[in-house]
Amino acid sequence: MRHTCFAILLICLSTFVSALEVEDHRLFPGTGGQTLKVISTADLEVFEPYLKAFQSQHPSLSIDYTVVSSSELHRAITGGAVFDLALSSAMDLQFQLANDGFAQSHQSEATVALPDWARWRDLIFAFTAEPAVVVLSTERFQGLELPTTRQELINVLREYPERFDGAVGTYDVRDSGLGYLFATQEARSTDAYWRLSEVMGRLNPQLYCCSGQMIDDVADGRLSLAYNVLGSYAAERLARNSEGRVQILGMQDFTNVILRTAIIPTTAQEKDAAGDLIDMLVRLGQRDAPEDWPLPPLGQSGRDTLAGFGPIRLGPALMVYLDPLNRRTFLAEWENALEQRQ
Amino acid sequence: MTSTGSIGRRLTLLLAGVAALLSVLSWWMVTGLARQAAERTQDNVLAASVTTIAETLRSEQGEVRLELPYSAFSMLGAISEDRVFYRVAKGATVLTGYEDLPVPTASLPSGGRVVFDTGQYSGEEIRMATVSRLVLSGTEPVPVTVTVAQTRGGIASISADLSQQAAYLAIAFFLVAVSLSAFAARTSLKPLNEIAAAVSRRGPSDLRPLRRSAPTELAPLMMSLNRLMERLGQSIRSAEDFIAEAAHRIRTPLATVRAQAEIALRSAEDDEQKQRLRQMIRAIDESSRSAGQLLDHATVIYRTDDLVRTPVLLSDLVGKTVAGLEPTAAMKDIRLSVEMVRAKVEVDPVLMDNALRNVLDNAIKYSPSETTVTIAASEQGGEVRIAIKDQGDGLGDGPTEMLTQRFQRGTNTQGIVGSGLGLTIAKDVLVAHGGRLELESLQGGKGTCATLVLPSS
Repeated sequence: MRHTCFAILLICLSTFVSALEVEDHRLFPGTGGQTLKVISTADLEVFEPYLKAFQSQHPSLSIDYTVVSSSELHRAITGGAVFDLALSSAMDLQFQLANDGFAQSHQSEATVALPDWARWRDLIFAFTAEPAVVVLSTERFQGLELPTTRQELINVLREYPERFDGAVGTYDVRDSGLGYLFATQEARSTDAYWRLSEVMGRLNPQLYCCSGQMIDDVADGRLSLAYNVLGSYAAERLARNSEGRVQILGMQDFTNVILRTAIIPTTAQEKDAAGDLIDMLVRLGQRDAPEDWPLPPLGQSGRDTLAGFGPIRLGPALMVYLDPLNRRTFLAEWENALEQRQ
Repeated sequence: MTSTGSIGRRLTLLLAGVAALLSVLSWWMVTGLARQAAERTQDNVLAASVTTIAETLRSEQGEVRLELPYSAFSMLGAISEDRVFYRVAKGATVLTGYEDLPVPTASLPSGGRVVFDTGQYSGEEIRMATVSRLVLSGTEPVPVTVTVAQTRGGIASISADLSQQAAYLAIAFFLVAVSLSAFAARTSLKPLNEIAAAVSRRGPSDLRPLRRSAPTELAPLMMSLNRLMERLGQSIRSAEDFIAEAAHRIRTPLATVRAQAEIALRSAEDDEQKQRLRQMIRAIDESSRSAGQLLDHATVIYRTDDLVRTPVLLSDLVGKTVAGLEPTAAMKDIRLSVEMVRAKVEVDPVLMDNALRNVLDNAIKYSPSETTVTIAASEQGGEVRIAIKDQGDGLGDGPTEMLTQRFQRGTNTQGIVGSGLGLTIAKDVLVAHGGRLELESLQGGKGTCATLVLPSS
């Protein structure tokens, strides 16, 4: 009887998983039979070094890596999809999973060494701290003074609408969990956000689902600037192939810093291996030297933040903007501001 | 004397028991209070949170609107890492939040009063705060209830922390209390020990009443002790009086009888009569001597119980006794030869005179006429020895120890007046002074050596 139930459950789950909107997927085969199933929002090219490093320590382990959007990840875990590890930059969604009982606890020397703000209840662990930045095209900004605050950015956008019309990119917060988090936190922290959104709305902004594409478009010259891009992606891509065409700006008045977090879903079947991977990520997150990893450690970005209280706090307050009523209200306002010409 | 355990220990144990009880009680109370305080803190924050949310409730175009304020949840995150759940319902319709939250179903008081409840949700114990408010929906005001719930892990860990600290404090308190109890017990028993020490420090004849301040509890003991000593002193005094009286009463008539017998002897003409009278005088002498020695012995017994040592020069002591016996020796033409050393002893002079006199008297008594009795003093090895040698017949065949027992006389003493008390007195006196009496026959059966041994001062 139990076997039948289990089989039915497996079928249900497999159909569910196949229903996932997978952006990318790769299996890193190991020598043994065990497979660690990781669901993540980090692009494969960004995260591959970490997986390779982990697999060199555990050669027998196969790693099944699935890249999805943060809201898709949230939907998958709440729907009961079987994954051993969920990595996401959308802190609010990750926190809600932990709060609502979709995560199981993990404790080790590495996680205990984390500062208090980088973990919550042994359920959720931060391993990078990444700032939101402005990425701009050097060519399109020729002759202009680079803005360092939102007010200066607003002024530049107002003064040269011809340069920026249709050439400003930002997240479509309706699709992107990370974009929504950046937007809500910024709206909460600074009044300039809505003014900036109004100004961008008049410039016929381009809306994106993901950071990567935005940066590519800036590099190609299709966009003058991309607002609220995850700094780590920008830096990583810049380092690879921009040849000076793309510049990164941190806003001096206020910078959102998000924590990329990991949870072990309650459905996990390889809990120990997942714990080991968390330990490795958390140790890397606490490294002092920058080293040659695509994602920044916890400490470094925290120090870069001039204004504000460091990274966004892991806590129940993150759930406030996830509330359907609040989300509806916020999105309505956001649409008002950004979709003035549609 | 049977011992029933130390009062000090009993007092300490009792106080320690009380301290242990108080420690456990205080730990229990602090733990309870800590939990209460933590619970109250959580309740207060929950109440603040739920009120903050309820304040945003409003009616817009006949619709109930609300906006979860950021602070409502951030304040919950500030106190502990507890899971947070919430629910907002218009009547029975859930507007937002966790639909299956087990909110209290009973009718809620309106007017912003927060109701608390404890329940189970998502596998954990939760504390819920609920507030109800009337909001216009359409044209009718409907009650909208807002519930915010939080798990209680933070409270448990805070209470556990405080409870542990309280336990450490209670243990420390107990240890301090135990050492203080031991100290208190010792302090309160101090007067008792002081009185005991004062009594045992006293000299043997010191029967004065104890004059020292004592705690009220010890006053009856002091009083009975003093009364006992007073009675003891009185009975000793009356015994001494009795001895003096008895000596007087026996010796005086005997002396009268002897004098009368002497007169009769002088006026008697008949030889047979004279012989009888002489025998009478001898018997009277014997009785008088016996009475004297008996009283001496009694005195020795009383005085040795109550020894008063005075430092005296050995030569003074011996010289006085020898001088006293010179006439007796002269009657038998016995020469007393004295060899002295310079030494000092701490003795009761009256008793020592008694002892010396009895031994020397013995030597004279058992010596043949025209011989020499040698009194030789020496000091060696912390002892002062006074050897008295005569040239008599020695001690006879019996064991020498027997001679120092009361009323025991040697086997070769026929025809010589004696009570058998002399050596007993000497021995008792010497033993009382920490010394001994050594008796031996001189080589060749000619003479005896009696040595009085005393510890030198």
